[in-house]
Amino acid sequence: MASVEAPNMITPGIEDIIANAQMHGNDGSGDHTMVLNMGPQHPSTHGVLRLVLEIDGESIVALAPDIGYLHTGIEKTCEAKFYQQVVPLTDRIDYLCPMTNNLAYCLAVEKLLELEIPERAQILRVLLNELTRIQSHLVWLGTHAMDIGALTMFLYCWREREDILRIFEALSGQRMMTSYFRIGGLALEPPMQFREQVQNFLDIMPGKIDQYESLLTGNPIWMGRLKGVGYLSPEDAVALGVTGPPLRASGVDWDLRRDMPYSGYEKFKFDVPVSTDGDVWARYTVRLLEMRESVKICQQAMDMLASMPSGRIVADAPKIVLPDREQMKTQMESLIHHFKIVTEGFAVPAGEVYQAVESPRGEMGYYVVSDGTAKPYRVHMRNPSFATLQALETMCKGRLLADVVAVIGSIDIVLGEIDR
Amino acid sequence: MGGTPNPLPVPNPGPTAASPGPHPGPEPGPSALSEHVNSGPLFGKEAVFEAMAHNAAVKALSGLATDAKFDRKELTITVAREKIIVACEAVKAAGYNFFEDVTAVDWYPQEPRFQLSYHILSHKLKQRVRIAVRLDSAGLTIDSITSVWPSANFYEREVFDLFGIHFAGHPRLTRIMMPENWEGHPLRKDYPVEGYR
Repeated sequence: MASVEAPNMITPGIEDIIANAQMHGNDGSGDHTMVLNMGPQHPSTHGVLRLVLEIDGESIVALAPDIGYLHTGIEKTCEAKFYQQVVPLTDRIDYLCPMTNNLAYCLAVEKLLELEIPERAQILRVLLNELTRIQSHLVWLGTHAMDIGALTMFLYCWREREDILRIFEALSGQRMMTSYFRIGGLALEPPMQFREQVQNFLDIMPGKIDQYESLLTGNPIWMGRLKGVGYLSPEDAVALGVTGPPLRASGVDWDLRRDMPYSGYEKFKFDVPVSTDGDVWARYTVRLLEMRESVKICQQAMDMLASMPSGRIVADAPKIVLPDREQMKTQMESLIHHFKIVTEGFAVPAGEVYQAVESPRGEMGYYVVSDGTAKPYRVHMRNPSFATLQALETMCKGRLLADVVAVIGSIDIVLGEIDR
Repeated sequence: MGGTPNPLPVPNPGPTAASPGPHPGPEPGPSALSEHVNSGPLFGKEAVFEAMAHNAAVKALSGLATDAKFDRKELTITVAREKIIVACEAVKAAGYNFFEDVTAVDWYPQEPRFQLSYHILSHKLKQRVRIAVRLDSAGLTIDSITSVWPSANFYEREVFDLFGIHFAGHPRLTRIMMPENWEGHPLRKDYPVEGYR
């Protein structure tokens, strides 16, 4: 990668934009530039993102994001919980991919504990993560298309998303905040109809993606709004910390699932779609191809699961994983373990780990520090949208105001994970 | 955990204190350590630098490191506070091209109180290195690395906001999560979970 000289890529602050406009005598009534506030309550900012824009006519001169409206102090809350109690909190960070968050956190703690996870649980985790990825990309496609004006897409995407949410509901009892992963494995054995449900979904999904493409890919309005908009060069993408589909759309061939595999991803065969165009259109095509690859991974996982219809889904670690319900009622030792885990948690050896996984939006990393007690000393989340937001100004500068909406949609922003 | 006040951290020396921690690995022998990924945990600068001499980050930081460890298959190299920009430039030149994350850990009431952890990734080597810096509560200032990686901008603002650590040379060191007029730094250990009353 070429080294990057990019001193001007530091985004200006809101005060800068306002002060600059006032210095030139433009309080919004002048005829040069004006300052425009967008959000935090704005339908196309996908949450509570506030942008302050300086515009010259319709062109963006400067742009500054203002975040923190959804800050709930999850990192602080984690420090007051037992390790196993943090799992439900991680669901709420990126609410479009709860399983990915669960996985990253569980892998980090399992790394601290040096736990071995049974293969069947690993495959199920991969399967669920890829279903989550499809689900998250469907939300992105539906809302992104709606922002651009293709309202029909929203309904089509929600139709398939509903199928995935039904699978999650049957699996965990919850549609969105599943909390299905546990430190050491999974919460429950999948229900009877699970494999049939997933197989039915995988059978129809490629045809549905064709359907989306037939509505959008050749559509002249769609192409006109997306092509050449929001360009991000590979050097800028790396310098600004962009990860995931936007990074690959800028031509950097990097996917943690393939390059630094976790949870058994090395056993799966899949392609990593890369585009060199670097615009909103490239991010659209990369994500659509990713959905097709995810279907392939799910199918491989289903085939692997078919060859092992039963088997452990939790690690053999009675002091960490809650015992089987039946055993707990009949065996004294299991009862003691259950009581101790629930009331005192389990001690995790001191140390620090950083575990990154490829979430639908990019690199999601969990930095967990243990001091040897039953509560995490520090949990920090490295979230993809937080870093990608820094590239927003580079992508929007010089473009039209209406393109900002397309660019925000293309980086698939989730404010829950930015603000935490 | 409702209304209980935030418990003080247990007086456990913690993984980054001078003691080797509760998991002293096997003594690094002369064999089987050339492929560092297969070796057990290593603690201390000498042990790591001897066993992992071929690692790009170890080579780049050999003159700067004050401490090092290789634990849970993760390499951590501690450098002095003044050397952070030099260290970042050195690992960047060694192929670690992508800045991932910087955050802090508060080891209150120990001194040095804060630990900053920079996570740097190499796309080419498919490796990650953690650069750690310890800060005394008397001097909570460190150089900003936005000149090396512009992507550190928001991360350093977050650490400033939630821990109160200043980054000299940062283009805009303002609060990012909390409101501008907020008092205190919520992720410090002496800041109660439920806020000040």
